[in-house]
Order: sequence, then structure tokens, then C-alpha cells
Amino acid sequence: MKGRRLYLDGVSVVFDGFRALNNLALVVEPGEMRAVIGPNGAGKTTMMDVITGKTRPTSGIVTFGELDLTRMDEASIANLGIGRKFQKPTVFDALTVFENLELALKAPRGPVACLRWHLAGAGRTRIEEVTTEIGLTDRAHDLAGILSHGQKQWLEIGMMLMQDPDLMLVDEPVAGMTDAETEHTAKLLARIAGRHSVVVVEHDLDFVRALGCKVTVLHEGTLLSEGSIDHVQNDPRVVEVYLGR
Amino acid sequence: MSATTLDTPAPSRIRLGLRAVMGVVVVVLATFPLLNMLPQDSVFHVSDFLVSVSGKWICYAILALSLDLAWGYAGILSLGHGAFFALGGYAMGMHLMRLIGPRGVYGHPVLPDFMVFLGYQQLPWYWLGFDHFAFAMLMVLLVPGMLALVLGWLCFRSRITGVYLSIITQAMTYALMLAFFRNDMGFGGNNGFTDFKELLGMPLNTGAARASLFYASLVSLVGCYLFCLWMTGTKYGRVLTAIRDAENRVRFLGYDTTSHKLFAFVASAMMAGLAGALYVPQVGIINPGEFSPGNSIEAVIWVAVGGRGTLVGAVIGAFSVNGLKTWLTSAAPDLWLFVLGGLFVAVTLFLPKGLVGLLKGRAK
Repeated sequence: MKGRRLYLDGVSVVFDGFRALNNLALVVEPGEMRAVIGPNGAGKTTMMDVITGKTRPTSGIVTFGELDLTRMDEASIANLGIGRKFQKPTVFDALTVFENLELALKAPRGPVACLRWHLAGAGRTRIEEVTTEIGLTDRAHDLAGILSHGQKQWLEIGMMLMQDPDLMLVDEPVAGMTDAETEHTAKLLARIAGRHSVVVVEHDLDFVRALGCKVTVLHEGTLLSEGSIDHVQNDPRVVEVYLGR
Repeated sequence: MSATTLDTPAPSRIRLGLRAVMGVVVVVLATFPLLNMLPQDSVFHVSDFLVSVSGKWICYAILALSLDLAWGYAGILSLGHGAFFALGGYAMGMHLMRLIGPRGVYGHPVLPDFMVFLGYQQLPWYWLGFDHFAFAMLMVLLVPGMLALVLGWLCFRSRITGVYLSIITQAMTYALMLAFFRNDMGFGGNNGFTDFKELLGMPLNTGAARASLFYASLVSLVGCYLFCLWMTGTKYGRVLTAIRDAENRVRFLGYDTTSHKLFAFVASAMMAGLAGALYVPQVGIINPGEFSPGNSIEAVIWVAVGGRGTLVGAVIGAFSVNGLKTWLTSAAPDLWLFVLGGLFVAVTLFLPKGLVGLLKGRAK
């Protein structure tokens, strides 16, 4: 299995005195799929911001393999092999599905390289594969702006696949999806999981159960419980803050 | 599962239609100097005035194209593009001043009139080299390009965007205007440069010179248009569009958006400089008024009226707004500023995609 281990230890993020993350620890092994759950404000999105370089931790260690992620910017971290799908689907509305995927395709990223870029056979084949994988073949030359909400989510997952990352961070992939779309997405992520490490943040517990992976529960910026879905659902602390209510 | 092969779609009819519009505009303009040679009583005669004024509009159209590249594609709303235009104009003006030689009022063999008048003993170092046409043309591109590089780098790396960036560009052109008003800058103070005699051995006050400058401007416009068309058609162009719409997302795809924006901003500033350099010999004067913030804002209005994000839109906008201005400032001079302001409000409210958006709507 290729890939690197994601390691967070003692990570805190303080915004104006508010501790969004508080001494958080998390380890994701290469090729592992991990679900992260927790009530609103538990720090799930902040954790993703820290890993992808959007937010600098106030203290703590964040490494990917040997590399210190706290010293790198978003673009370098992305090129290192960490892809991210946002909670609110953000695709480029003014470009077609095909063009969105082409931008995400692993290739030199500088302005001059982009000016001289010519889509060769292998890249085209890869785009066709991913378009098929996410089920958007018929929409390939439509503008991304006219896709449905669910289709935008898939396109964004497709864009992450194009980057061929070692680690994929997926924030609420099924929010706002119909049951059929949710099922389709679970299958899509399960297919991907073998080839990449995947961290999924999600509220939908049925969906997390369908993923069938180890679950991490966050609460107030810190780790509350970790283990199988049955283990965490029966953990009295989890029941108290999150599931019981 | 096996992947389905995807064909590349042909360019849309709308896109081809817009290119055709651009072709028609260029061809019509190209006939102006020729029709100017017809006898005055011919119905097809084009007046000297129309030739010279449309020569100016062509320069404005290049400025509009450059602004559209920065704003319409890369999302950098510069309210100081007039500064790059003026700097290109000043670089050309310095060359034209040097070419006057001993023919100035004071008859000094080297120093331009204003320097004699201000008591300069020798040519300031930054005037050296401007007697050569090639050097001056290089400066026409390099000076605005360098300014855009420094300003852009400082702003983009600090992630200054949107209205803050616009205000900074506006402040830049205002600061330059104040600086160029000063006599001790060595650029002629508030009088600027004028009384030009010749360019490339051609006396400027002849019909032949007017026609040559007109065609040089038109060729430059076509060149800039084709350059932008090529640039926006590549993956680089799509990266710019993506940055315009969701810059953060582009960063998470691994693109260093600072360098992409900088590249577009510098290319755009150079184009604006070229426009200014073509403009100055046609109007025969350059002074610090060219830096005035109002000029930059007018350029933004041309692009908005024509339709930002389409190259043809910028060109159509520059011609139509300036056409209206030329007509209105003679027909009802007091009304012009109200009309300009009203136009901007109306376009923002009713025609967010400009005149080109109107055409596109018809085509559908």
C-alpha cells in the first residue's frame, strides 16, 4: 500500500480565546477509511482546515509521513497528495464537468505550464474513467453550474480522484442528498477506499454504518471516543453528548 | 466498469458569432483611412475628425481588453488601469520629446523645453536611452509590467482581494498623478509633454502619419485580441476563470493562485501600456491628468457595458461608450457625467452581462 500516515497530536486551535480544537490526537494509517462524527461545533471542519493548511494550529504536531504540514500552504499540501471535498460543494460553475476534472488532473501547475498544456491520451483516458466512475458521462460537456446538488457532490469527489491523492478528506458528502444518491455515494466511497486513505466527516449515522469503518467521535475540539460504530454508539460519554439527547 | 469515450465539442455558435462581430468591427475600421481619401462630397467620405477620433477609440479598446483580462477573467477589479495606460504613454512621450532635438522653442540641442525652462543642466539618468525607438518601446511594456509585478505580488501574496484590492489600485493611480504633477519629477509637471514633431522619421502632422498610427493601433488591437483569445482558450484561461469564481478551491487543487494572478495582471498592464503608447502620438499630448482615477473608472464602465468576461464585449463597450461620449459632450456637455453614471447603474441592474449578454440572449 502506497501512502503515508496522517498523524495529529496535541493540536489546539484558538480563535480569540475560543478553543475550536483542544489537544486533539488522530492517526490515520495508509489505506484506512475513517469516519469522524460529532455535534455541531465539535471541530470537525477546523480539523480539516488544519490538515489542509487553511488554518495554522496554535500548538501541536501535524505530520503526513515525514512532512510537517504546519509549515506548508494549501497548494503545497494539495500537491503532496491530500485532497479535500468541501461541505458545501464547490465546483467551478462557469466550466464544464470535463473542464473541472481537467483542472484537477495531476499535471504541472504553473502559469506557463498551463498555457502550454495539451491534454494527451493518458490524461483524457483518466478523465473518461473518472467521469464514468462518478456517473456523469452524459453531462460531461454541460456547465457544472447547471448540475443538481448531488451531481455537484459527485463531481467534487471526481475532482479529488483526478488529483490521485494519498489521503482524501471528505466533508459531509451526503448532506442534502436523496436516499438513492446517498446509497450511490456510499458505494462510490467504498470503491475508492482501498486505493487511498479516506477521512469522512458526516452527520448521517446510517451512512457511517454503511461505510463500515472505524469511527472517531469529536466533542468540543477534542477526541471523545474511537472504535467501531457499535462501540461508540454504546459509549456512555458519546450517548450523553451526542446520541442520547 | 469501462470508461465511455468523450468527444470534444465544437465551439458554440454564439462563440463563433462573437468572433464574427469582432471581424466585422475590424474590417469596418480598416476602411476608415481609405474612405478618408475620397472626395469630400462623396457619401462614403469619412471625415478627418472621425479618423482621428476612432484612432483614439482603438487605443481605448486595447485598454478595455487588458482590463477585461484582469477583471473579466481573473476577477481582479483594477480601478487603476489608467495608470498603466498613462505610464506607457509617458514612455512613448519621452521618446517623442527626445526626437524633437534642437527644434524646441529654446533650441537646446539635447534638453526638452521644459527642462531648459526649469533650469536643468543635463538630462536626468532615467531619460537616457529614450532617444532609441526600440528602447522606448521596451519601456512602454516594462515600466507598467514592473509596477504591476510589484503591486500585484504585494497584494496577491497577502491575499488582498475584492474591494480592498480595487481601492489600493485606485490609490496607486491617484498617488502617481500627484507625483507626476511635481516639476522636480522630471516629467514636465502639470504640462506634461507636447509639441511632438516626428516618429520614426515621419512628421506627425501629416495625413500619412495619422493613417499609419491608425493602422498600427488597429493591428495592435487585433494582436492583443488574438493573444487574449489564445490565452483564455488554454487551460491557463480556465484556471483564471476558476480563480475568479472560487479562488480558495483552486488553491486546494494545488495551484499557486498568486503566480497565476500575477501573470495575468502583468500581461494586462503591459497591454494597457501599449495602448497608452499608441494613444499619445495620436492626441499629441500626455499630462498627469491621464492618471486621474476617473479615467480608470471609465474604463471599467466600458467593460461592464460591453460585457465583461467576453473579449468582444470589452471592445464593443469601449467603442459604444466612447462614441456616445463624443456625441454627447458636443451635443449636451453638461449631461455627460450623469449619463455615464446612469449607464453604469442601468447596466449593473438590467444588463449584468452587458451588450454582449443581450446579443447572446437574442441568439438563444
